[in-house]
Amino acid sequence: MTTPNSKNAERLARVAASLKKRHAAEKRFRFFGVLASLLALSFVAIFFVSILSRGLPAFWQATFNLDVYFDPAIIEVEPRPVPNPGESPADFQQRDYAWQSQVGMVNWNRILENSLIALRPDLEDERRTLRSLFTSGERFALRDRFIENPDLLGQTVRLKLLADANVDVWIRGNIDRDLPDAQQQLSPRVRELADAFFATDALQMNFSTALLVNPDSRSSPASAGLGGAFMGSVYMILVVLFLSVPLAVAAAIYLEEFAPRNAITDLIEVNINNLAAVPSIVFGLLGAAVFINYLKMPLSAPLVGGLVLSLMTLPTVIIATRAALKAVPPSIRQAALGLGASKVQTVFHHVLPLAIPGVLTGAIIGVAQALGETAPLLLIGMSAFVSTIPGGPLEQSAALPVQIYLWQGNELRNFFEGRTAAAIIVLLALMLSMNALAIWLRKRFETRW
Amino acid sequence: MRIINSTLGLAVAAAATLSVATPSLARDNIQIAGSSTVLPFASIAAEEFGNTFPQFKAPVVGSGGTGGGMRQFCQGIGASTIDIANASRAMKPAEIESCHAAGVEKIIEVKIGYDGIVFASRRDKAEFKLEPKHVWAAIARQVPIDGKMVDNPYGRWNQIDKSLPNQQITLVIPASNHGTREVFDEKVLIEGCKTFKEMAKLEGDAQKEACLKLRQDSGTVVEIAGDYTETLARLQAQADAIGVFGLSFYESNLDRLQIATIDGVTATQETVISGEYPVSRPLFFYVKGEHIGVIPGLIEFAQFFVSDAVSGVDSPLFEAGLIPLSDDERAKVLSNIKNRKVVGK
Repeated sequence: MTTPNSKNAERLARVAASLKKRHAAEKRFRFFGVLASLLALSFVAIFFVSILSRGLPAFWQATFNLDVYFDPAIIEVEPRPVPNPGESPADFQQRDYAWQSQVGMVNWNRILENSLIALRPDLEDERRTLRSLFTSGERFALRDRFIENPDLLGQTVRLKLLADANVDVWIRGNIDRDLPDAQQQLSPRVRELADAFFATDALQMNFSTALLVNPDSRSSPASAGLGGAFMGSVYMILVVLFLSVPLAVAAAIYLEEFAPRNAITDLIEVNINNLAAVPSIVFGLLGAAVFINYLKMPLSAPLVGGLVLSLMTLPTVIIATRAALKAVPPSIRQAALGLGASKVQTVFHHVLPLAIPGVLTGAIIGVAQALGETAPLLLIGMSAFVSTIPGGPLEQSAALPVQIYLWQGNELRNFFEGRTAAAIIVLLALMLSMNALAIWLRKRFETRW
Repeated sequence: MRIINSTLGLAVAAAATLSVATPSLARDNIQIAGSSTVLPFASIAAEEFGNTFPQFKAPVVGSGGTGGGMRQFCQGIGASTIDIANASRAMKPAEIESCHAAGVEKIIEVKIGYDGIVFASRRDKAEFKLEPKHVWAAIARQVPIDGKMVDNPYGRWNQIDKSLPNQQITLVIPASNHGTREVFDEKVLIEGCKTFKEMAKLEGDAQKEACLKLRQDSGTVVEIAGDYTETLARLQAQADAIGVFGLSFYESNLDRLQIATIDGVTATQETVISGEYPVSRPLFFYVKGEHIGVIPGLIEFAQFFVSDAVSGVDSPLFEAGLIPLSDDERAKVLSNIKNRKVVGK
């Protein structure tokens, strides 16, 4: 015999029981959600901590702070030639080259050694050891300083000179200091002297701009920098900006505002969406086949890199631009058309200006993506070692992500692990600031309807 | 100056993007590609060259392995092809033919020095005293046991020879795109293989084929197509692994690696020069004769590279681990360059 009351109680009990279960399920779900987010965040944190902890110290390098005497007894060169009246520029160039070669013949190492001997006269007999404390590029740095300013002759200048990469590794403790001599990269005497100079002010860990401004270097690893790769990336990005953004915006405007809706435009649309998903290495292969092999464009040139990256960026920017155009309410178009504006006037005077923030965001994100791209560049020869800073988009150069790849493969592991991480920091900083710019532009110019 | 250059560069960039189809743009620096063993040496030489000659630009040095470099070298003549191919082995007749077919006829061979090939393991593991026959027995697909060829049964080194450590066999070797692999095949595997009488009976190509068949059970032989750093990373991940490296790479990583003796000889610059250490090979680069006089500084670079000051004893390349040519060899190479002596004709 069941009364309505007991039936109700039964129902309530069932609800109460299942309620507990449903609450538990919700709690579980929330817990997993939090867990997933925490996990993702912790990976980001681990990534940043490991990159920063390895990369930031690399901006500080073992550096000698020395009084360098430009000794006229060692630098025995004539004064720099000046153009004679009536002399052709080519002839003068020849004489100037001859003078520069003569300056190059000067034993600059001796000047470096002397600056240390001035501090420690007892080391006069150990010039070879002293020389090995400096990174080999510093002799050229001294020479270039003198070529730029021949008045230095006879003067004493306080200079910062980079120490050898292995000295830097030793001072920093990146190599186990307790290892036996056979496993050390430096001889016991060099290590002893490095420590002795480090104990005085002569050798310090100084913030070094070499990493940021110098081109890559193999013969003098301590002076290897990102300057060349950075300029290479800048040229590529400019090519991408000037080429892919106008093309993509034009294509998007036509497809969105003017093109008739039919099978052909549908096909184009599908293909653009597919192109955006094509792996970047495929664009590299295409670039190598078309630009290098067929059009005979130069290897390792930022122009070619920019062209390949433009192909890759085009669909991204087209899609972003179309989305921005679509977001402009039809009432704007109708109002303009209603007041007698032509279709072109409507688009260019009203729709496009309102869509600009979206277009810019899309363009910047596309370009930032291109900046970080490595794979297609390897296929067009941009992974080559280039020891100069490119002066234009036709000169050979590396690019920032490729430089990271190259340093990662350098045989001097103890030194280049830090350098690689530092390069990653620079690249990440660039990407983050570009993305920040995109966000700022969107916030600044965004219109809410 | 730099700023003017950059702004000019921007103008050029804008102009160039408009005239994309401009064919064959002239080039005023040397372009090099090829062997990753020669790459560090060529890079240093290139940098010093640019620093020494104010009138020439520093050459640009790419990688890609000996085989890859040869392919690019033999693509033809013109500014978009490379001028110099680095090689860690001599050019093969087939490669010379393909070069000739593409119109590259004047190939000048330049020997720059030697490099040792070492078997390195982690510092914290046991020391190895290897012989070529041990290496072959460790990684051959079939080995003779009691006069019969059987599938390679060895899992640990001490099963091959009691004198070797009780350690799992994992050998990390360069893949076939590397010139180093060829030398490894020739000077270690075939030499080791021939010490077994069953294999010594075979002749010519049959022997070569049988000797170079490697076992395929997982993990014993790892082929690396990338650089030596990749091999090093393998060693860090797999404590028991032994990696095949160039001597110069080992010398930059003394703190992490130790090398096995081969036939009782430790690889050093001295033992390789004297020929005591058996696994060494000459390093080369090949100059495209057709580009001499077109690409500025090409012949000067070749001479600069092999000059005693750059690649002799106590030179920057020697410091970087290159084993120098003898004086006689150097004189001969320099005269070959001077006389533009071409290969394969």
